[in-house]
Amino acid sequence: MEAFTQHTGLVVPLDRSNVDTDAIIPKQFLKSIKRTGFGPNLFDEWRYLDHGEPGMDNSKRPLNPDFVMNQERYQGASILLARENFGCGSSREHAPWALEDYGIKAVIAPSFADIFFNNCFKNGILPIILDHATMDTLFEQTEANEGFKLDIDLDKQTITMPNGDVISFDVEPDRKHSLYNGLDDIGITLQQEDAITAYEAERSKRAPWLFNS
Amino acid sequence: MAGKTLYDKLWDDHLVAENDDGSALIYIDRQLLHEVTSPQAFEGLRLAGRKPRRLEANLATPDHNVPTTDRSNGIADPVSRIQVQTLGDNCDSFGVTEFKMDDIRQGIVHIVGPEQGYTLPGLTMVCGDSHTATHGAFGAMAFGVGTSEVEHVLATQCLRQKKMKNMLVRVEGKLGTGVTAKDVVLAVIGEIGTAGGNGHAIEFAGSAIESLSMEGRMTVCNMAIEAGARVGLVAVDDKTIEYVKGRPFAPKGEQWEMAVEAWKDLHSDADAQFDRVVELKAEDIVPQVTWGTSPEMVKPVSGNIPNPEKESNPVKKEGIERALQYMDLKADMPITSIPLDKVFIGSCTNARIEDLREAAAVAKGRKVSPSIKQAMVVPGSGLVKQQAEAEGLHTIFTEAGFEWREPGCSMCLAMNADRLEPGEHCASTSNRNFEGRQGQGGRTHLVSPAMAAAAAVHGHFVDVRELELDSELAKASEVN
Ligand code: SF4
Repeated sequence: MEAFTQHTGLVVPLDRSNVDTDAIIPKQFLKSIKRTGFGPNLFDEWRYLDHGEPGMDNSKRPLNPDFVMNQERYQGASILLARENFGCGSSREHAPWALEDYGIKAVIAPSFADIFFNNCFKNGILPIILDHATMDTLFEQTEANEGFKLDIDLDKQTITMPNGDVISFDVEPDRKHSLYNGLDDIGITLQQEDAITAYEAERSKRAPWLFNS
Repeated sequence: MAGKTLYDKLWDDHLVAENDDGSALIYIDRQLLHEVTSPQAFEGLRLAGRKPRRLEANLATPDHNVPTTDRSNGIADPVSRIQVQTLGDNCDSFGVTEFKMDDIRQGIVHIVGPEQGYTLPGLTMVCGDSHTATHGAFGAMAFGVGTSEVEHVLATQCLRQKKMKNMLVRVEGKLGTGVTAKDVVLAVIGEIGTAGGNGHAIEFAGSAIESLSMEGRMTVCNMAIEAGARVGLVAVDDKTIEYVKGRPFAPKGEQWEMAVEAWKDLHSDADAQFDRVVELKAEDIVPQVTWGTSPEMVKPVSGNIPNPEKESNPVKKEGIERALQYMDLKADMPITSIPLDKVFIGSCTNARIEDLREAAAVAKGRKVSPSIKQAMVVPGSGLVKQQAEAEGLHTIFTEAGFEWREPGCSMCLAMNADRLEPGEHCASTSNRNFEGRQGQGGRTHLVSPAMAAAAAVHGHFVDVRELELDSELAKASEVN
């Protein structure tokens, strides 16, 4: 996984609540057996006017001019603003894979669905929770100022606005550590192999029916 | 010290190590695998040169992509075919048990697990699928994970987790005739909202939950995720143990006695503390219908579609307006006047034998309305299908004009050929009514199996409590 330390990027405002994983990456694209290549189909049903299927040449498809991410001024955005309960719905990791493949490094919202939130950290994306008032300010500022960028520093846990204002955010220490260092979670867990083996020995006495192979 | 909740007990029981940073290493007893969220996990193992830690702790079956029509020629869609084939190849090469498409035991993972006794009380169980909460009906800590975690569990049999908060949803009283587990859980979601359970494990309790069959409890726990909770739970009682007994993967002989003894403790202590408690009266719950694009957009069948002008919260108001536009519905119109095109009875929420009996009790002796373009029944597994056929339910359905299909996820998410056309409205027993969920531009209304069958024969929603039901079937499917 790619480490996330500091990132400065263009911001795109997706002013919707309850954005679900079906909207982030529609199911027809989940048939892929790869982890990459989902970016062109991120928000497919909102982004294009036609119906998307795997294997289409996305560069030839008609774009929906009303969808915010299609506006010229937001091209190249890497920080996504959204409203409550972003990423609700399925557990599909294809959702963060699509965001990541598109180039999104951070998503900022007042709340996230649990599984999606967790999946972001596994894929080098930083989900940041801010209060409603701060979110409103960010939405207003982004919409009012073309080329609005934010500077996110994971170590300091701060977001710096172009005018120099600083917003701080919370992140759980273990998640921060893994993301900051781009660590392989499985590798970390396997360092505790002895504890796992000891647990299994004890559990197989308590619940032998789970260990009959 | 206050007593423990059921969730506390399951958590403590599976704690491998606690870390300084507040996270914990939790042991995962069993994992279910399907074709959509596993290929990248197996690939990850292969790239890192790792092997599954405990083969017998994994069970796989394809469900999302499989065709529900004649399967003798395999899967027509080449992309779906590759995905199902990849699951098969991965299971074969790593040695994971798989119920393949032509196996009678194949079906939707969340139906197969309990049916096989693979799901047991007291387990921790995961699957790369958010509806894994279903298995919590057995007093198991079961939750959905992403593909990275599927790989993590394959490799280590553990997950790094933070403990969730405890929430109790208590439903006391007696459910009215025709009011089902589906209506209970939709009413709960309507009450607390789709983010209401975020960060919590929800335990469902109270006399109305106790009175539900295991199938009904699974329906309730299945949709915990639609209330925002990764984990849904019901305490173990005699019904749980009776259901598990004798199933293929259930413990046998002496181990059975030992297991039953251990499972008796799987309930919250009387003095356990919950972070949040929500109470509903069973008598207040009536058949529910969702009208919008989020499961919390739900109303009693006798109600009307909300009017955004009456909503003071601007974000909610906009949400209602957007949903009405997508659904092409008018504010204040009665739920019973929503036009319908298709009916889908199936999914991990409502495709168990009891659900099919419930729908058949309504369908018997009636005909699907000519205004309905398609009505289909998709059993949750090959064994459910077999059982239903043994009971003659398939004849009731086909005589009424329903299609009788092969098991799979089908139109719950329309990854196979079963889907809505743009603009079509569907009465569906599935769990999500998101935009495009059942096909691009499709409009989903979530209901119980009885309500879906009633909608099929009338061509619009009706209150199933007003229909006369086939008495024998109604009795067989009655919540007991
Ligand atoms: S039936 Fe629907 S919700 Fe259940 S596992 Fe299949 S796709 Fe997911």
